[in-house]
Amino acid sequence: MNLALALQLLIQGILLGGIYGLTAVGLSLIFGVMGVINFAHGQMMVIGMYISYWILVLVGLDPYLSLPLAAGAIFILGYVIQSTVVNRILDFPEAMQVLPLVAMGLILENLALLFWGPDHRSPSTALGLATFTLGTATVDVSRLIAFSLAIAFTVALFLFLKKSAIGKRIRAAADNRLGAQLVGIKVNRINNIAFGLGAATTGAAGALLLPLMPVSPHLGHDFTTTAFVVVILGGMGNLLGALVGGLILGVTESLATLLLPATLKQVVSFGLLVVIMLIRPQGLFGGRR
Amino acid sequence: MLEVKGMDVYYGDLQALRGVSLTVGEGEVVSVIGSNGMGKSTTLKAISGLLHPRRGSIHYLGRDITRLSPSAIVELGISHVPEGRQVFPSLTVLENLQMGAQFPEPIRRGAQTMEQVFDYFPRLKERLEQKAGTLSGGEQQMLAIGRGLMSLPKLMMLDEPSLGLSPLLVETIFEIIHKISQQGTSLQIIEQNVHHALCISHRGYVLEDGAVALLGPSQELLSDPHVCKAYLGL
Ligand SMILES: Nc1ncnc2c1ncn2[C@@H]1O[C@H](COP(=O)(O)OP(=O)(O)OP(=O)(O)O)[C@@H](O)[C@H]1O
Ligand SMILES: [Mg+2]
Repeated sequence: MNLALALQLLIQGILLGGIYGLTAVGLSLIFGVMGVINFAHGQMMVIGMYISYWILVLVGLDPYLSLPLAAGAIFILGYVIQSTVVNRILDFPEAMQVLPLVAMGLILENLALLFWGPDHRSPSTALGLATFTLGTATVDVSRLIAFSLAIAFTVALFLFLKKSAIGKRIRAAADNRLGAQLVGIKVNRINNIAFGLGAATTGAAGALLLPLMPVSPHLGHDFTTTAFVVVILGGMGNLLGALVGGLILGVTESLATLLLPATLKQVVSFGLLVVIMLIRPQGLFGGRR
Repeated sequence: MLEVKGMDVYYGDLQALRGVSLTVGEGEVVSVIGSNGMGKSTTLKAISGLLHPRRGSIHYLGRDITRLSPSAIVELGISHVPEGRQVFPSLTVLENLQMGAQFPEPIRRGAQTMEQVFDYFPRLKERLEQKAGTLSGGEQQMLAIGRGLMSLPKLMMLDEPSLGLSPLLVETIFEIIHKISQQGTSLQIIEQNVHHALCISHRGYVLEDGAVALLGPSQELLSDPHVCKAYLGL
């Protein structure tokens, strides 16, 4: 086996894994607080990609700079979805919570189709093709930036949840909803913020991904699936687990191309899912739930 | 200060309370007793806004609070320390206490209130950085009461504070509850530990099948033949 190639793929896997991790952290946060799985997660990420695409084409602002705008827009989208839909279905049986969110995903997907059409669009960004070499391996500058920003965004989210007054309320509501209501926390509003934050992370991941792959309306399913696999890998509701799970999936998918054609990527991620369900169904870092 | 009138509460189609009326006066300690499933917790849930009565009204300090949200009711000064403690297990003791103060005035006086809580429960101060989920049952009860005090309540409602505690700890908890009432806080206490509850309260209500079966000054209830037989095993 070619060692240099393997190293190259390892680096690429880690870099992409950071973005997987970021979007999965959002999915995991939403599950941890509300106990619902956001089946529109990947579609939100696609909308994030289109928003930064739009900003790039219309204003010429680089996706790395428009990231706060994409994240902010998807935060609002998540906040609105939570307040209008998800807060009403929290007490429903789990099977019934699936449909409204799958429907949300379909709506978003078709909105993207309506606004931007079915074509793949790949914008050329300032750093699109820049690279540098590290030993025998070549590193894409845009992948490295995307990875660094993904990690920075994740750390910022961790700190926000750990230290800020709102973050503590989010953790309290996730821990014990009844207790949170009784101390006077406005749990519905906290839920809105938590869903908004989870959505914002996937919106940010979308902006980071834009320079790396062409965007089209139907990418959402794959992204939802990827985030879902990562969350299960790391342990449902465990944010650190989601980040590590993202890195593991990124590296596994990337290294697997040594043996399998790249089009079988999904086989690898689902294979990993099956393995983890068999040997450690609570996920690598899961304990509770 | 609290006046509940003719309250009917339902869980779906199931009626849990039938025309419950009760009052708590300024600085008064009132106990609500009754065996399992009689509607004691439901009464508190309705007062704190977790459930809304289908009929009847709840007034507090002259205000109609029947339809207010739990958050608004806490802000007005009613604190409900629920059955089963309901602390935040993955938050530290300190964070749990901080979460008790949600509104400007309680937040402003947070440090001072916390000192008071440590005065009552020195054990909590030793465990500030410990996750609440790792506390013993008794310590969790202390934390739940402490957290309830952080909102600076004028009326505190305690749902079975002595449940599952060792006899020694029951004594301690009731001593603290007595101290809290002496600071001027009105209390409504639900208890299966009828003797203790009536000993520290001025008046008592007996709930049976979702309705008030008996009420009166605690001393009278303690000597009431029905209460003695049904609840004190005498
Ligand atoms: N969430 C619920 N859904 C349906 N019925 C409920 C619910 N909670 C309580 N009930 C019913 O309402 C009645 C009163 O319950 P409640 O919890 O108020 O009793 P309690 O007096 O507090 O009893 P305990 O001493 O066991 O705590 C019971 O018959 C109970 O089965
Ligand atoms: Mg009860």
